[in-house]
Amino acid sequence: MAIHLITADMAGVVAEVKVREGDQVAPGAEVVVLESMKMHIPITAGQGGRVREVRVAAGAFVNEGDVLVVLDDGTGA
Amino acid sequence: MDLRREVERARRGGDEKYHRRNRQQGKLFARERLRLLFDDDRFVEDGLLANALAGDLPADGVVTGIGYVHGRPVAVMANDSTVKAGSWGARTVEKILRIQETALRQRIPLVYLVDSAGARITDQVEMFPGRRHAGRIFYNQVRLSGVVPQVCVLLGPSAAGGAYIPAFCDVVIMVEGNASMYLGSPRMAEMVIGEKVSLEEMGGARMHCTVSGCGDVLCADEPEAIAAARRYLSYFPSNFTERPPAAPASEPEAPTAEIASIVPADQNAPFDMYQLIRRLVDAGSFFEIKALFAPELITGLARLNGRVVGIVANQPRVKGGVLFVDSADKAARFIWLCDAFNIPLIFLADVPGFMIGSRVERQGIIRHGAKMIAAVSEATVPKVSVIVRKAYGAGLYAMAGPAFEPDCCLALPTAQIAVMGPEAAVNAVYYNHIQALPPEEREAFVAQRRAEYAADIDLLRLASELIVDAVVDPADLREELIRRLDVYSGRVRDWPAKHRPVTPV
Repeated sequence: MAIHLITADMAGVVAEVKVREGDQVAPGAEVVVLESMKMHIPITAGQGGRVREVRVAAGAFVNEGDVLVVLDDGTGA
Repeated sequence: MDLRREVERARRGGDEKYHRRNRQQGKLFARERLRLLFDDDRFVEDGLLANALAGDLPADGVVTGIGYVHGRPVAVMANDSTVKAGSWGARTVEKILRIQETALRQRIPLVYLVDSAGARITDQVEMFPGRRHAGRIFYNQVRLSGVVPQVCVLLGPSAAGGAYIPAFCDVVIMVEGNASMYLGSPRMAEMVIGEKVSLEEMGGARMHCTVSGCGDVLCADEPEAIAAARRYLSYFPSNFTERPPAAPASEPEAPTAEIASIVPADQNAPFDMYQLIRRLVDAGSFFEIKALFAPELITGLARLNGRVVGIVANQPRVKGGVLFVDSADKAARFIWLCDAFNIPLIFLADVPGFMIGSRVERQGIIRHGAKMIAAVSEATVPKVSVIVRKAYGAGLYAMAGPAFEPDCCLALPTAQIAVMGPEAAVNAVYYNHIQALPPEEREAFVAQRRAEYAADIDLLRLASELIVDAVVDPADLREELIRRLDVYSGRVRDWPAKHRPVTPV
């Protein structure tokens, strides 16, 4: 099973989490919106998959490189 | 000697099995690469018979000479990977030095087609340490820098010392899968520092074009890479004393009138700056440098009504268009490139500022930002600053704001120039006051202060105070830039006399 980590491009506060565990996401889909430097920063899935884990909630501070969402390809445990 | 036989032998390169291996790897023979690079076969070659007496070292593994690109003479050095994997012996190095000296004398561009395993360690005393040995190649590159364009097309490895050839070129075009660049190979890394890593991770083309910044243009194969080198040269004069060649003008790919609908009025909403660039420059003329590296800032060569320009633009769609260490670095180098070769600069600003936070402070964001601002300051080519949307804080300075001697600072009606945005500013000035207020009064107080702040930085006020030189309707921006660059083309390139600046980085 392939795991894909979606990380924060830059430091900021999570403004919105747009997916829930179990959701299917398409490549390029917005999964999280960060607010940083007063800008809305869309964080997108580099590749498609099933949301295995959401590691952040709205209001949380994240640093550059922190894992926000974990995807897998839904092929097994 | 039998001249014809010796010449034919030297031109064939190495043994057939090495040619076969090249083909398996999707690599062309050095002389086929030259046929793709040059307009025709008017190639003047030196040192074809170098090391002819050795028997198995045709041309000593490198082809050097002068041909024509878009009708103009261009010098070339092409490693021959069929001869000892393109490695350097004493005469290889001497040939490279001589073509560099020729390019300098003739004031013509030099293209390095690199595909080399590095030094022949067995020959090191004849080619590594001395006055006219390998180190001199890099010394010459530094001397040539800014005098003539130096282009590297990386088609295979450039290992150890050889990795400095691309590093000292103005631009590095890499072929994905075949190009690699590293000081120590994965094998050496495992032996010396215990790291296990693949060649691609260590120094592959994609890594260098996205992470390290050593690569500028990533190509799928050799013909594409060599075509990119030809195209790149079409934007450059032969040397720093000349102007870039003009080309026939063409209209943009999409109407300039659409720019107004592309730029959102909400300062915090992302949009795609490429959509604006497409509507500004001549159709098909945008040649991007470092497209994959630090994409929150866009740098590229383009034509505006046929005239070559360099574009530096914030990309609000990526990281909010905020400037980071890598984007500052990318901008500085591109500005130096344009300034070196008389290419006017257009800055398209939509920038919330330089990134803040402990992470970037530890990376030295201040000195790297200072480097970008230094590059903007020193650039004496015509430069036009366009405030597309916001320009906050040092972001205004980095994008050639009014204090940095642009020929003009233009604003679109969506422009907002301030030391910081309204939310941050009200918080900074009134934080203690807000905290002291009863909670139910805070919102109204903040809204009132923000409204005052917005009035203070209103664009009409900034125009009235002569902060900006003109407010331009987005539909007229292209025409305005064309006219402005026409009248600024004679800008005097004046800067205080000195030995050299002491730059922040």
